[in-house]
Amino acid sequence: MGKVNNNVPLEYSTEENNLKIFGFWVFLGAEIMLFGTLFASYFTLVDRTGAGPTGAEIFEITPVLIETFVLLTSSFTIGLAIHAMRIGSKKATISFMVITLLLGAVFLGVEIYEFKHYVHIGAGLSVSAFTSILLTTLGTHGLHVTMGLCWGSFIIFQIWKRGLNSVTAGKTFVFSLYWHFLDVVWIFIFSFIYLKGMM
Amino acid sequence: MKEFFAQFAIPHPSLLIYIAMASIVFGTIALVAVVTYFKLWGYLWREWITTVDHKKIGIMYLITALVMLFRGGVDAVMLRMQLAVPENTFLEAQHYNEVFTTHGVVMILFMAMPFITFFFNFLVPLQIGARDVAFPRLNNLAFWLFFMGMGLFNISFVIGGSPDSGWTSYFPLAGNEFSTSVGTNYYMIALQIAGLGTLMTGINFITTIMKMRAPGMTLFKMPMFTWSALIANLIIVFAFPVLTVALAMGTMDRLFATNFFTTVNGGMDMLWANLFWVWGHPEVYILILPAFGIFSEVISTFARRNLYGYTSMVWSMIVISVFSFAVWTHHFFTMGQGAFTNSIFSITTMAIAIPTGVKIFNWLFTLYKGKIEMTTPMLYAMHFIPLFTLGGVTGVMLAMSAADYQYHNTMFLVAHFHNVIIPGVVYAMLAGLTFYWPKMFGFMLNEKIGKATVWVMSIGFVLAFIPMYITGLDGQARRMYTYSDATGFSFLNMVSFVGAGIMTVSFIMIVWNIWYSFKNSPRDISSDPWNARGLEWATHTPIPHYNFAITPDVTDASEEAFWDSKKKGTQLFKGKIEDIHMPNNSGQTFVMSVFFFIAGFAFVFSMWYLAIFGLIGILACMAYRSLEDDHGYHIHAHEVEEDEKKHAQKGGAK
Ligand code: HEM
Ligand SMILES: [Cu+2]
Repeated sequence: MGKVNNNVPLEYSTEENNLKIFGFWVFLGAEIMLFGTLFASYFTLVDRTGAGPTGAEIFEITPVLIETFVLLTSSFTIGLAIHAMRIGSKKATISFMVITLLLGAVFLGVEIYEFKHYVHIGAGLSVSAFTSILLTTLGTHGLHVTMGLCWGSFIIFQIWKRGLNSVTAGKTFVFSLYWHFLDVVWIFIFSFIYLKGMM
Repeated sequence: MKEFFAQFAIPHPSLLIYIAMASIVFGTIALVAVVTYFKLWGYLWREWITTVDHKKIGIMYLITALVMLFRGGVDAVMLRMQLAVPENTFLEAQHYNEVFTTHGVVMILFMAMPFITFFFNFLVPLQIGARDVAFPRLNNLAFWLFFMGMGLFNISFVIGGSPDSGWTSYFPLAGNEFSTSVGTNYYMIALQIAGLGTLMTGINFITTIMKMRAPGMTLFKMPMFTWSALIANLIIVFAFPVLTVALAMGTMDRLFATNFFTTVNGGMDMLWANLFWVWGHPEVYILILPAFGIFSEVISTFARRNLYGYTSMVWSMIVISVFSFAVWTHHFFTMGQGAFTNSIFSITTMAIAIPTGVKIFNWLFTLYKGKIEMTTPMLYAMHFIPLFTLGGVTGVMLAMSAADYQYHNTMFLVAHFHNVIIPGVVYAMLAGLTFYWPKMFGFMLNEKIGKATVWVMSIGFVLAFIPMYITGLDGQARRMYTYSDATGFSFLNMVSFVGAGIMTVSFIMIVWNIWYSFKNSPRDISSDPWNARGLEWATHTPIPHYNFAITPDVTDASEEAFWDSKKKGTQLFKGKIEDIHMPNNSGQTFVMSVFFFIAGFAFVFSMWYLAIFGLIGILACMAYRSLEDDHGYHIHAHEVEEDEKKHAQKGGAK
């Protein structure tokens, strides 16, 4: 556990947490490369639709707007959770975490609906290079959100059981970084896949 | 039922494969029997499988690398044997394809990678004066993931069939249409799992080096090997996710009929080539930079002076690492991109020769001003410099895109990359192995056998690979399983085969040396038998599991802290011994890796229920880990003191 420093936020108070937060930033560097590669592949394959549909033919604005709205809001609420954590309110931290995850769940629900719709209208995974990369890119992001939901629930459970201490605070903070990152990736998806595709 | 088992059968069985199968089965039985007979299971589990000690994890990487060196080596000899005479029928075409594929993959990913990772693990914490890596348990997980990936790849040989489309696995050749066995599934999934482990290693070591250096060790006081490790790990973190994505897409193409790399429905086979080499070229530097790091340590130690041009050495590595991401297209100059693109990549490729040249000159100047002592590690370094330079020069020849149309995909290329990778990576690894052997095991390897090995290896190397330059320029294609006598290649190929045989002898000499020295070498060596320079030599041998009783302070020292303490009397260990905090061992990372193996195997054969079982197992392990509270334990000051006293009798640092 090492020394505890009381002059910094709880999540930075131990040596171990400092390492973990730094390591997580490095991990996010790798994640940037992962999504960067997916985007690069998307731009390469976007017009290679074979006999399948193009983006303009299948994208619908309503579900995408809902997704964008709930995900952006959840990024805000996880920020509030960290704020609550800094002022030491266990109850508020848990509440905002729960709201964040609920919003994440709504996002996921809409995305699943969207995927079903794509398959239904003949834009399934194996139709063309375009649909393959589209669903893979969206799916990778969606999978990250799913992992986030599981991970977040475990953290909520721990804060609830054990309260806010350097361990739970560290985990919550790292989780918030992850969640913000997913939001940033979504902004790219929204702008360069949907908006550009619909134009 | 019959169908179920039929899928595991080898599609192209031959006598050789049956012999291999039998030897694998009997070997495993023998191993299990020995371990059971000597009641070693508990020991293995407690001391090795679950260990979080970076030194032990390092040694597990080392063992894996050495075993794979022999697996890949047998493949190599089979390839050369097949080509030794024209119209040979020793291997038929399909079998040859499988052997060159597994040879390439095994050598690069399962031999060279764990070898450098062994050095990261063993050396980096010692060189920076740390007690362990930043995330000891992640380190254990990284090893086991890597190991499971390796295991999965290797069983392809006896269950279901090996991959056969080259270590580059180009599509459409690697697609279902042309690679009909499950071999390429193995390739995609085994590399994915091992790659995950490698990525974890990358994150772990960047954090370790950035955050855990001893007091006073600024970035520009880090030992050269640690620098090379930092840069290699940065490249890992930026390059491996690209491979992750490419492999995932390849897997989906094969299992779920997606159209990423197909030639129909808009798929684009060249996308694979691009993604593969965006990872693949930096991968080469992931291997060579740590090799440079090892040579720097060896050369400064045995030239008995500090490294010439330390700062330029560091900067040249940084420049190389950036450039390495900008040259990938030189691997397919001939595959239909325009002259403009080719020119750009030609120039960037040649530009890498400049910082590399800087390093060569720095080593030469170090030697020039030094008092050279020709030990075995130094002899490897002395053979490395000219041989590697030759490989570098032929690399620049390959970088000329117009000329590459002549020798693309010929033996010239094979000669080139073996010419950089064997004297570069393999020699460095063996030099480092010899150099650090006493630090690991407490006795020296025999110098006479060691030096003889280097000479035998170099003679074998020259005979094996220089002829390939000539046949390559004459048009002998790579990956062709045979040729006709009329080509006139037969004499040089026979020379090559003899060379490969001589190299085999040198590898056997290494094993013999280990055995001989284990029996005969004296054990009362000090902890610094080479009179070396870095902090890694400032602990006892064998190294206590907490590394340093007192964290070294290098504020007053240079980048060669231990040397300064010996020559200028700088104090490294100030203050008194305190309680030391250590992490607990963990078996759960191993269990999780086993689930990865199960899931991976299930994916290879599209056995979905089993795959789901494996994935649930992985998630369960993650959940368990998340809820677990593990604070490690403390070694109390008086225990450390006692330990230190025991060690002190054996000599070593103050
Ligand atoms: C005893 C030493 C070795 C010999 C005699 C040897 C021989 C060969 C031969 C004959 C080929 C096949 C060429 C072809 O038909 O395309 C080959 C390919 C290859 N080797 Fe080696 N090799 C040796 C060591 C190594 C080492 C140490 C490495 C890497 C660290 C390595 C990496 C590769 C790779 C990546 C390929 C390309 C495989 C492919 O064509 O897809 N080899 N080697
Ligand atoms: Cu390259």
